[in-house]
Formats: sequence, C-alpha cells, structure tokens
Amino acid sequence: MNPLTLCLLFSAALFAVGLAGALCRGNAILVLLGIELMLNAANVNFLAFWRFGPSPAAATGAVFVLFAIAVAAAEAAVGLALVIAVYRHQRNIRLEEAVRLKG
Amino acid sequence: MGLAVQHLGFIPALPLLAAAVGALTPRRGRTLAAGAAIAAISGSLLLAVAALSTALAAPAVHATANFAWFDLGTGEVALGWLLDPLTGVMLVMVTAIALLIFVFSLGYMREDPNAARFFCFLSLFAAGMLGLVAANSLLLLFVCWEIVGLASYLLIGFWFQRPAAAAAAKKAFLVTRLGDLALLLGLLWLYDAGGTLLCYAGGAGCLEPAALAALAGRTVAGGLVLSTAVSLLIFGGAVGKSGQFPLHVWLPDAMEGPTPVSALIHAATMVAAGVFLLARVHPLLAADLAVAGAPLHALTVIAFIGAITALLGAAIAVAQHDLKRVLAYSTISQLGYMTLAVGVGAWTAAIFHLLTHACFKALLFLGAGSVIHAAHHEQDIRRLGGLAPRMRRTFATFAVGAMALAGVPFLFAGFWSKEAVLHAAAGWPVSCLPLDLGLAGVALTAFYMTRLVAEVFLGAPRAPEAARAHENAAVMTVPLVLLAVGAVLLGFIGTPAWPWLQGALTGTRLKPGPLFENGLLLAASILLVAAGMGAGWWLYVRHPRRTATAPDPLAAGTPTWWRALAGGLGFDAAYAATVGRLTLWLAALADGFDRWIWGGAVRSAAALAEFAGVLGRQADEDGLNAGFDGASEGLRRTGRAYSRRQTGGVPGYLRALAVAFVVLVVLLWWGGGR
Repeated sequence: MNPLTLCLLFSAALFAVGLAGALCRGNAILVLLGIELMLNAANVNFLAFWRFGPSPAAATGAVFVLFAIAVAAAEAAVGLALVIAVYRHQRNIRLEEAVRLKG
Repeated sequence: MGLAVQHLGFIPALPLLAAAVGALTPRRGRTLAAGAAIAAISGSLLLAVAALSTALAAPAVHATANFAWFDLGTGEVALGWLLDPLTGVMLVMVTAIALLIFVFSLGYMREDPNAARFFCFLSLFAAGMLGLVAANSLLLLFVCWEIVGLASYLLIGFWFQRPAAAAAAKKAFLVTRLGDLALLLGLLWLYDAGGTLLCYAGGAGCLEPAALAALAGRTVAGGLVLSTAVSLLIFGGAVGKSGQFPLHVWLPDAMEGPTPVSALIHAATMVAAGVFLLARVHPLLAADLAVAGAPLHALTVIAFIGAITALLGAAIAVAQHDLKRVLAYSTISQLGYMTLAVGVGAWTAAIFHLLTHACFKALLFLGAGSVIHAAHHEQDIRRLGGLAPRMRRTFATFAVGAMALAGVPFLFAGFWSKEAVLHAAAGWPVSCLPLDLGLAGVALTAFYMTRLVAEVFLGAPRAPEAARAHENAAVMTVPLVLLAVGAVLLGFIGTPAWPWLQGALTGTRLKPGPLFENGLLLAASILLVAAGMGAGWWLYVRHPRRTATAPDPLAAGTPTWWRALAGGLGFDAAYAATVGRLTLWLAALADGFDRWIWGGAVRSAAALAEFAGVLGRQADEDGLNAGFDGASEGLRRTGRAYSRRQTGGVPGYLRALAVAFVVLVVLLWWGGGR
C-alpha cells in the first residue's frame, strides 16, 4: 500500500466524518465545524497529490492549501457572524428553527 | 336761422348719443340718463325747428346730402339725408311729442328702479325715428325702421317679468317682422330694377320721374305693372308697422308696455312711420296710375285696406274694457284713415291727420297714464269711474283729446284733419265704398270715446283704487296741458280756408278755398258725430254703471256681437288656428324629422359602435385574457409545487446537496468509466 493511497483513505475518512457532522447536527456551530473538516480533507488531498505527484519540486500544492485556508478562515468568520445574527433573533442557534427566510 | 341738409344727421345723432350714455349708466344713475335723454331731445327739437324753417324757405326743393356707404363692384351703396317740408314737419312733430313724453316719463317712472334703461330705450327709439324721417335713402330708412322696431320690442317688454309683457313684445316683433320682410323684398326688387335706393339724387333717384317711368313701363306676371308689385310689397311694411288690417293684432297687445311708451311709440310716432313711408314713396305708389290697362292699382288696394282698418278698429274699440286697449284700437282705426287718405291720393291729408292725431293721441295716452298712475295701476274702465272731480286737470285735457279724436266740429284739430281725409275720399273716382266705411267709423269713434270718458271720469268710483285717486304732480300734467293746446290749435294749419300745410308739403301755393267746400259731406259727418256722442250719452252718461261687475248695456242687448267685438273679432283665434297651427305643424314635422330621421341615423351609428365595442370586449376577454389567465395559472401552480420543497431548513438543503453529490459521483463513475 503506497503512501498516496493511505493519505487518500485518511482524507476520505476525514471528509466522511465532516459530512456526517454537517448533515446530522442541529447546532449551527457544529455544522460549521463539519464543513471545516470537509475543507481540510480536501486540503489533505491537495498536499498528497502534490507530494506524491509527478513534480514535487514546485510548491503548487502548498500554495493552493494556503489559499484554501485563507478562504476557509474568511468563510468561518462570515459563518460565525451569521450564527450570532441568528442567535440575536431567536435566542438559540438550532438550525431546525431558523426557517424564517423561507419564501 | 336755418339748418343745412348736410347737418341733418345731427338730429338723430343727439338722441343716439343719449342712448349710449343711458346704456353705460349704472342703475342708480337714472337722473343722468333721464337728463341726457331730455337734453338730447331738446337739442334735436331746436335743430328740427331750424331744419323746418330751411325747408319752408324753399318748399318745392328736395335738398339732399348723399354719401357713399361702401363700394359694391361697379356701383356703390349710397346713403343720404333729405330735407323737404315733409321731413321738416315730421322732425318737429316727433321731437316735440317725444320731449313732452320724456318729461312726463320723469313723473311716471319715478318709482321704477330701471328708469335709466327706460330712458336709454326711449332715446334709441327717438334716434331711429328721426333717422327714418330724415333719410334720403330707402336703405337708411329701412335700417332706422328696424331700429325703431327693436326699440319698440324692448319697450313693450320693458316689464319683462310679466309674462303678458314678454309675450306681447314677442308678438309685436314677429308680426311687424312679417311686414318688414315684404318691405325688404320690395326694396331689393326696387334696387334690382333701378340700381339705386336713393329717393332723390338729382334726377337719378328712385322716386324721380326717370326711374318711375322705367318701373311703370315693365310688367311682371299676370300683366301686373312692376311699380304696382314693388308698391304693394312696400305697403306690406307699412301694414305691419302701422297696424293695418290684417296685421293689426300686435298693437293692442303692445299696451303691456309702460304708458309713456304707448303714447310715444304705439300712438304718436312709430305707428305713423308706415304712413310716413307711404307719403314718402307716394310718387312710386302713384306711378301705375298713368299706365293704361293696368289690372290693379296699388293705391286702390291701399285705400280699401285703410277703410277696412278704420271701421274694424273703431268697431272693436266699442267693446273693449281696458282703458289702453280702447285707445289702441282707436289708434288702429285712425291709422286706417291715414292709409285711406294716401290710397285716395291725398297724402297731404294723411300727413295732416298724422300730425293732429300724434298730438291728441299722445294727449289721450298720457292722460290715460295719468289716470293709471293715480289709480294704482288700475286700468279696467269697469272698475274706474268718478275721477273727474278728483283729477280736474287730467279730466279737462283728456276730454279735449277725446273730442279731438271724436271729431267734434270746428274747434278741435281732429275734426279738420278727418274732414280733409273724408273730403279726399269723397272725391275718389274709383269707388265710394271707402268713404262709406270711413263715415261709419266716424260715428263709432264718437260713440266709443264718449263711452270711455263716461266710464272713466263720470259716475261714481267702482273700486277703492279709483276712490283713492288724486291728481298727479306738475311734471305729468304740464305736458298734458301743452298737448291739449296743440290738439286744438294744430287743426288750423290745414283748414280748407287756409290750406297752409298742404301747400307747404307739395311746394305749391294753394289758393284759399271756401271753408266748407262739400256742405253735404260736412253735414253728414257732423250728424254722425252727434249721433255717436248722443248714443254714448244715452247709454253711459244718463245711466252710469253702478258696480264693477254690472254688464255693459250693449252686452245685454246684443250679446253675440258684443262677445265677438270684445274678443277682437277673433283675429287672434283665427291666427292661432291657421298660422299658429301651421307653425306648430311645421315644428312638429321638423321635430319628427330630427327625432326619427337624423336621430335615427345617429342612434343606429351609436348602436353599430356599441356592437363593435361588445365584440372587441368579448375577443379581449375570451381570447387574449383567457390565454394569459391560463398561462399565469399554470405558473402559479408550478410555483406552488416547487415552493413546497422550500422548507427554509438549512440541514434539509445540505442533505439534498449531499445526496445529489453522491448520485453525481456514482453517475460519473459508471458513465465515464474513469
């Protein structure tokens, strides 16, 4: 079993955990947490394909990951701000109750 | 001091100016309007006297001042002023009578709030009448004729709040308009034949021998001489204006106007305009006498119409019980005498009678006005009575006027002028019927005037209004006295012994004849006057009416005749049954035409448009709208179906996303093989 396969198995497991968390949790923060896990599973894939790919010399994979982390941080900030706004309106952060935007 | 003919226009211009002042005066400025009217007519009187003296200095000359009104293709329409003795005496008569009546109106209209308007209309009337008299052009005469008709309409309807006055004004206007139409046609025909409407223009005027010979030399349909046809049309105008049979019906109704108006317009001056017109165009009327074998002479028609009117008016006056209507019918009768005189060729006698009649009829009407004013607008002679001791001056002057009208011999003007008319009629070679009718009228005139005086002034008062009457102020009685003096003295300017007026009018020096030329005729007429007055005395003075409701002694004797005469011999009813019904029928026809033919066309067009509208609406509703409605209903249904899936729950969305992702991956895996 080569290291690439191992890395991919790990990232798949991480993604599955994140997906399950995002789908099954009712708490908005935990859903955001799941989404972060899925993002980082993707980052692991970037690094693995770069490290065990045909040209490991150029640092393309690391740069991609850096961008993704920056974007994820911004996304987390926006998500948390939304969560706070939702909390101000309904005094909790349960997503099942946050249906007011339904047309 | 004389007045040149070029300045003759000032005489009508002054009252016209006063009318303008009166028209611009507000209601409260009645003193200004009345002052302007009286000042203007006084000025006109002075100028008229000057004009008369000029005219009398050269009585045979027709002095003219013509000027072009406007160019008309090759020719021009000319107007002008004419000064001859006829114009002169008429100017003096109109201004003098008008001045007295204006002064009388000051008293009569004192309580009327619209006196300013009244004086404006009076001045307008005087301006029209003076222009009519002074006109050298028949066109200008016609214009003034219509101004006079308009003023008459306005003054009859002066109290237009009364329906009777409004109706009388309308009737007078329409009936005289009928005559005016004939006059206008006659003038147009005359213009067509001769090319001018100037009376005298140095040999080229339409009343001068050259034009008359041309007119008399042509015939129209049926051998009728052209001048006869034109003369009869012009006479039609005189029939309307002078209240001749059969267009006399407007004159009695015209008495709805204020009494000074009745005196000025409907007794003394305006109704005389027709007679004046006949005297003015007398050369034209007489032109066909020279034509051998003419089937009809215009003057014959005129004489018979005049005689019929003279008798008819006198007969109807016998049975009237309204003070002013008696006088109105007597005016019709007297105008008939004047027309008769013109018809038998004695137009100077007609003018003589016109002058004396103007004087004593103005006197009678103003006397009637004085009575009416004193008796609180009671003018039914059955309710008056016993006024003689209460109103001595009015009674004395009214009696003078009544005797002048009745033709009491020797002292009164009416006698001399009536004798002149009858004498001319006796000398008429065509027929003696007009003379007989006129003589019968003389007896009736004496009878009804005796009746009138007895009913109004003698006996005992039969109504509280009459019992409370008292004499009026000097502003009303002084004109009466002056007119009474005129009603006596005016007769002496035309007696057979000194025929000054006739000589002046014709421009020849007539030799004084014996005072009584035709002794038999004179005796007959005096006897008839005596018989008429005696019968009146027998019936009305000997047994004065006791109560206002007691029947007239004649009504008891001949009720059928009395009813017919009291109703004016049914002329009004006859006109209502013929002309009125024809008019109504035509109106109904026009109405039906409008309603069914034009209205039907309009309605069917409307129905067509409405039908097109309904069609369009159906197409809109069932075609276009149904399509749009169906489409939008479909959209709405789809939207409802989709929006059911929009729960708003984020976890649900995420799950759907995940499932879709998995499905996508599985599909790619299977389908791509890579």
